[in-house]
Amino acid sequence: MPGFEPVIGLEVHVELRTRSKMFCGCSADFGAPPNTHVCPVCLGLPGALPVVNRQAVVYAMRAALALHGNIAEETSFDRKNYHYPDLAKGYQISQYQHPISTGGHLDVVRPDGSVLHVRLRRLHMEEDTGKSLHEGVPAGSSGVDFNRAGVPLIEIVMEADVHSPEDARLTLQTLRTVVLYTGVSDVRMEEGSLRCDANVSLRPEGTTAFGTLVEIKNMNSFRSVQRALEYEVTRQSGILGEGGRVARETRHWDERRGITFSSRSKEEADDYRYFPEPDLGALKVERAWVAAVAATMPELPESRRERYVGAGLSAYDAGVLVEDPPLADYFDAVVAAGVAARSACSWLTVELLGRLNGRGEAIGGSKVGPEALAALIRLIEQGTISAKIGKDVLDAMVAEGGDPEAIVRARGLTQISDEGALAQAVRDVLGANATVVADFKSGKDKAFGFLVGQVMKATRGQANPGLVNTILRKELES
Amino acid sequence: MSQGEIWTLSLQALRRLLAAGGTSSAEVCAAFWDRAAELDRHLHAFLDLRPRTAVLADAEAIDRQRAAGSALGPLAGLPVALKDNLSTAGWETTCGSRILRGYRPPYDATVVSRLKAAGMVVLGKTNLDEFAMGSSTEHSAFGPTRNPWDLGRVPGGSSGGSAAAVAAGMAPASLGSDTGGSIRQPAALCGVVGLKPTYGRVSRYGLVAFASSLDQVGPFGREVADVAMMLGAIAGPDPHDATSARVAVPDYSEALVPDLSGLRIGAPRELFGEGVDEDVRASVAAAIDLLGELGASVSECSLPHVGYSLDAYYVIAPAECSSNLARYDGVRFGPRAGHGDYVAQFSATRGEGFGPEVKRRIMLGTYALSAGYYDAYYDRAQRVRTLIRRDFQEAFQRFDALVAPTSPTVAFPLGSRLEDPLAMYAADICSVPANLAGLPALSVPCGLSNGLPVGLQVIGPAFGEMTLLRIGAAFEQSSDFHGRRPPMAVLG
Repeated sequence: MPGFEPVIGLEVHVELRTRSKMFCGCSADFGAPPNTHVCPVCLGLPGALPVVNRQAVVYAMRAALALHGNIAEETSFDRKNYHYPDLAKGYQISQYQHPISTGGHLDVVRPDGSVLHVRLRRLHMEEDTGKSLHEGVPAGSSGVDFNRAGVPLIEIVMEADVHSPEDARLTLQTLRTVVLYTGVSDVRMEEGSLRCDANVSLRPEGTTAFGTLVEIKNMNSFRSVQRALEYEVTRQSGILGEGGRVARETRHWDERRGITFSSRSKEEADDYRYFPEPDLGALKVERAWVAAVAATMPELPESRRERYVGAGLSAYDAGVLVEDPPLADYFDAVVAAGVAARSACSWLTVELLGRLNGRGEAIGGSKVGPEALAALIRLIEQGTISAKIGKDVLDAMVAEGGDPEAIVRARGLTQISDEGALAQAVRDVLGANATVVADFKSGKDKAFGFLVGQVMKATRGQANPGLVNTILRKELES
Repeated sequence: MSQGEIWTLSLQALRRLLAAGGTSSAEVCAAFWDRAAELDRHLHAFLDLRPRTAVLADAEAIDRQRAAGSALGPLAGLPVALKDNLSTAGWETTCGSRILRGYRPPYDATVVSRLKAAGMVVLGKTNLDEFAMGSSTEHSAFGPTRNPWDLGRVPGGSSGGSAAAVAAGMAPASLGSDTGGSIRQPAALCGVVGLKPTYGRVSRYGLVAFASSLDQVGPFGREVADVAMMLGAIAGPDPHDATSARVAVPDYSEALVPDLSGLRIGAPRELFGEGVDEDVRASVAAAIDLLGELGASVSECSLPHVGYSLDAYYVIAPAECSSNLARYDGVRFGPRAGHGDYVAQFSATRGEGFGPEVKRRIMLGTYALSAGYYDAYYDRAQRVRTLIRRDFQEAFQRFDALVAPTSPTVAFPLGSRLEDPLAMYAADICSVPANLAGLPALSVPCGLSNGLPVGLQVIGPAFGEMTLLRIGAAFEQSSDFHGRRPPMAVLG
């Protein structure tokens, strides 16, 4: 029996971090008491009219440019009509016929370095809805909080270019990173500023026709996206494997039970009765405006990744840095202070991050600044201290802060590279370990390491290990 | 000046009298308020008359400013009535619908705040067809308004209350809204002047939406100069309305010259066609002759697609209405009916709150926008609209203005068309084209047919209000229709 290939398309909503809402002057901030960021416009009061927030358009453009979309010369809004208590006007102002951006793509670099090219169909602007409240209201009733109503969103619709649940998760994570770089959203799935729905169908491997589409909603983390799709792929292949038919429907992911369940049949699908929003004229997007926005774009993950690989980092290390912009910024600062990329990366991601993770600290809150870390690395590379001592110094820096050179001086940790002093230390060790010396001379190579260790111990680790090796070998062979 | 004469005066006359110290705002407002309170028992032009003390307090405040020598605008201290689909802060705004009973907006419509800033004193809110959907004011949930010229007839609609109030001397001026003729048609049927400005000339912010791409607020007055002054006060861009035009507002009083020489006026034959009463046609034809005598060159012309106006209008307007009225669900404002879940409450609230004409239009519009019908109805209607707009653009290459009847008939008897929606819709046949094309149009009284007023409609190019006012004022000064008052015994 042939296997089935999943065909997955993602639809992603990103809440934009503008100061005010999409169509009124109300604050778009989170966390205020219910219905305190509201006005006639976002409450949908009779006679109130929307006015486009240009900052939201700029943010949508930034996201679109980062995703290689084609910004429309003229864009316009449409009404999406449906009834729900949290939808103030009985319609959502969205974009249907003329989205701000069409096309574009996202290159997803897998951990093994291979690249998945995902095409984008469109990116459009719309407004968020309010939120139904079922707690903190009298029993038997519900409340609605309209603080979120009218907060700007972008919806990004991808082509069904993804063929595994893991790739779906990676695609979403990559998208998150790109959007994060543009600074238009904090893109947090747990807080709802990044939301993802997935369309998934299966088809026999080697065929090209699409199977019956099932839409999955309510996936609230990257992990749940992968889990939900894995569940769904298994479920659908079970049905198809037995010769059954997959129903066209919307299914909800139940995180706790680890299953999807049918929430709405597509046969009774909503008819949104889209039509052009008469309260808003078409928006001309002058090319000069697009150019001005493009000129403010920061370096994006792709070029940063290329830059890191070019500087000698592995694809994996480059990925770790790129996905965490504050970490990558820190890395750039260490390199800018004159440290080679590979040492900077290893000291940062292995040594410093390991210590910070142990303490539950973030890179931004660390007592060790990038210049201090660079100074530490330079001390090691110049031979002033050994790498081992360096790690002890870093422990001190992480705990107390401070300048590594000062720490080294204060604690007398400078590496001993004086040949005379080291030769004396070596001779002392040889004199005290006659049997081990005899073992070495009878061919036991391991005895050499023991003797090195004894010299390091005698010098409290400050001996230059290379010199100790050379002197010890010379003394033993003499 | 005795109270008994004040109500007969126009805004212009009242303004001059106030400036000369011949009367006070308090006296003027009291005169109109008293007459309104007295006559409204017969006419029902008002849904809510403000308390007399509140009106007088506003008027006295202006009087004090005047006495203190403050610089006051020309409209300061003069009373005005507002159609009850204009939002008034803290004051019930019902749109003539049960579904908005008790709704007090937290804000003033832009036009209301502009009139207040100009110092006008609001007398009350006037009756209308529910949500401005109708041509007779009979579709008000709170009972019809009667025509001051014949209490057995309708005043037209939907701004019937605002038109009747001015016609009967209950207010010297008022505001209405015009989506398919709702200012001009009642102005014609009540014998007053009414202006629908260019789409975008006046802010719609706070005007409760019926059909957003067609709605426009405009003034009623007893003479063209009054309407010009009102337009000057309410026109201009508004940051709260993205469809308001960034076009400078001229001094409309400069338009009022009694000379039409050099003006080219077209009479589109399609607007004089089937359905237009013989008497109406004759009055309008006589008016057109007079325009010629005043120096204009008048010739017949054609708007080839204008015959499809009603068809397009009765798809586009209901479609927009079906969406605009979706917000009336009882969740955030207005009365809530029913028990149980959202759908049950929503259905009961709307089922009880909307009248039959509103429901009819919501259903028509929902159908026209539905998947599978959009192309055949909404999209096609928009194409027709484009053709009509183009017809007008071509006509305005050759003409400065177009003239036509405002309404195909004079005021019809109450109840005569209520059971026949198509007959009611036909009342808009001459007025709807200007809305579809977004153009300004003025209605001025131009005759009487069996004792009932007839209106002459003048349509201009976008932002051509100056030309319309000029034609209207010249016509008015050379004829004696605008000064006529309803002869009804009850009106005194």
